[in-house]
Amino acid sequence: MPLHSVPDTRSETPPLPAELERSQLVEMYRFLRLTRTLEERLVALYRQSKVIGGLYRSLGQEGESVASAYALERGRHRDILSPLIRNLGAMLVMGARPIEILRQYMAKAESPTRGRELNVHFNDLEKGYLGQISHLGDMVPVMAGITLSFKMRGEPRVGLVYVGDGATSTGTFHEGLNVAAVLRCPLVVIGEYNHWAYTTPPEKQFAVKDLADKARGYGVHAVTVDGNDVIAVYTATRHAVERARRGKGVHFIEVKTYRRKGHAEHDDQSYQPKDEIERWAKENDPVDRFVKQLLENGWSEAPELEAIDRAVKDEIDQATDACVNDPLPPPESALPGVYVNPAAAERLWFRGV
Amino acid sequence: MAEVTFLEALRQGLWEEMERDDRVFMLGEDIGVYGGAFKVTDGFQKKFGEARVIDTPISEAAIVGAAAGAAHMGLRPVAEMQFIDFISCAYDMLTNYVATARYRAGLSTPIVVRGPCGGYVRGGPFHSQNPEAAFFHTPGLKIVYPATARDAKGLIKASIRDEDPVIYLEHKWLYRRIKETLPEGEEILTPIGEARLARAGTDLSIITYGATVWKALDAAEQMEKEDGLSVEILDLRTLVPLDDAAIMATVRKTNKVLIVHEDTRTGGVAGEIAARINEQAFEWLDGPIARVTAHDVPLPYAPTLEDFVLPQSDDIVKAARWLANY
Repeated sequence: MPLHSVPDTRSETPPLPAELERSQLVEMYRFLRLTRTLEERLVALYRQSKVIGGLYRSLGQEGESVASAYALERGRHRDILSPLIRNLGAMLVMGARPIEILRQYMAKAESPTRGRELNVHFNDLEKGYLGQISHLGDMVPVMAGITLSFKMRGEPRVGLVYVGDGATSTGTFHEGLNVAAVLRCPLVVIGEYNHWAYTTPPEKQFAVKDLADKARGYGVHAVTVDGNDVIAVYTATRHAVERARRGKGVHFIEVKTYRRKGHAEHDDQSYQPKDEIERWAKENDPVDRFVKQLLENGWSEAPELEAIDRAVKDEIDQATDACVNDPLPPPESALPGVYVNPAAAERLWFRGV
Repeated sequence: MAEVTFLEALRQGLWEEMERDDRVFMLGEDIGVYGGAFKVTDGFQKKFGEARVIDTPISEAAIVGAAAGAAHMGLRPVAEMQFIDFISCAYDMLTNYVATARYRAGLSTPIVVRGPCGGYVRGGPFHSQNPEAAFFHTPGLKIVYPATARDAKGLIKASIRDEDPVIYLEHKWLYRRIKETLPEGEEILTPIGEARLARAGTDLSIITYGATVWKALDAAEQMEKEDGLSVEILDLRTLVPLDDAAIMATVRKTNKVLIVHEDTRTGGVAGEIAARINEQAFEWLDGPIARVTAHDVPLPYAPTLEDFVLPQSDDIVKAARWLANY
């Protein structure tokens, strides 16, 4: 049963934003809910010690992840993005499946990296995502190379890479942004101003006011948007993606948002003001804000969203059941695949069979 | 048949691969319009265009990172470090991103990172380095280090065709000093991972690579004349993967081993080779494994200092005589 009924006011609904179809708005909602619910499931698995390593939440940042990825062209061999640890939503938009995420966190043999890498560090270049490494900023030069290949081959494809506010202090970020700008690569950079780089606040990270100022220093077209406004992020990214596709070079979109959880699940957030977290949760949650827009504008109705919530929960239940008891990789599977040739590293004599 | 320098042989190899495969492209500092600091890529941009011979900003990490990204998409980038000393600026990108890519994520990253290395040229601390040991330790990277013009050509071609990332070290002291007659119209490909017997002998073995192959050859000639010693020289050509079979074969043949490299001693490649001989051919040794290497200091500029720090033919003669008499 719906919590409250919405009168049929279709004829009076405000026009759809950003040339989006109603079904697309609803689909974005589904990805937001999928991200949040999947992370909640991961918390439960973490507390049961089934997640092997750390757990990194994107609570409060799902909006910009989902909306920016949603502005790309998706499908086989289309646009490619490179997500960070808090861009689970972007990966799901590009086609990563919840069961893959669950298997990664639990280091299962059947995980995309067969237990070799953690969490969202995996890729599917056909679907269009290239997993990060932990060295922040490094994916900017790599994505410069990916998009350089698009340009060299005359393909109408675009790349998108995420960097956190802390990552904009790294050398590879600056080198990569500059090289991509000079080579006029079709690259969109999303600068996530989420206020906390582990424990470090912006004023200890950089002396500029906005991350966009850094990008402008390289001759890159840069804008700053409200990162928790799904439609604003989508609109800005769509605009940048279209310009990049038309050969207008690198674009930078700074999204102001807030990291409501710690760096990782173990982090007690003692350095983050409690009232700050509460204020963002209460007044500026991207999912709440988007739901409000959907309902107030008549773009969706509560029963539709509730049905999505149930379907998402079922999907994650099924995915969890399908892999939670799966085995870890066999120990000797650690050896192959460092090189194409030789095919496997030598097994040392003291581990002889 | 035409006599070519080491540098010209390298150039030919690059040129042939650019002609053969349009997925091959180059990026680096001053390589296009100017043709590179040592003119290795002279004329390439004119022939192959700006899209395939790309002048970049001074950003070694981004050069390597961009090469990796393009390689993931099926291209075959050849990245130049203007001097190999600057490869350390891309250390993170090579060791953390490139070297791990296949293992951790199944990513194909067939890149070549090449550049002039080595001393004996009064280059000082930052234009003379041999960086192999820094990468030798990291699984996932191949390292080749040709000593002859033929191998300069054969190894660059093999490196470009290899499915794994390759660091290609070209000794600038050899660029215009070494000449060799190479056959025309015949494709030269030097297999990665195979050492070359540079000189056959029976009394002791010198295992080396790069410029010191030539220093060792000089030493061997001198010892043959003055001492009647028959010295075998193994030119490794590839450092990763090491040709263990060729190393053990020469140990079993002469039973005495001197390892020579231009790089500094501590943590150098010679230590690993010595350990492998110890593990695989201990019973065949008739004397301790000896090393001639650079001293453990940054490479100084003044000729008196550089000549003292780097291994010279006389040092090799002295160490080899000691070992022969052991």
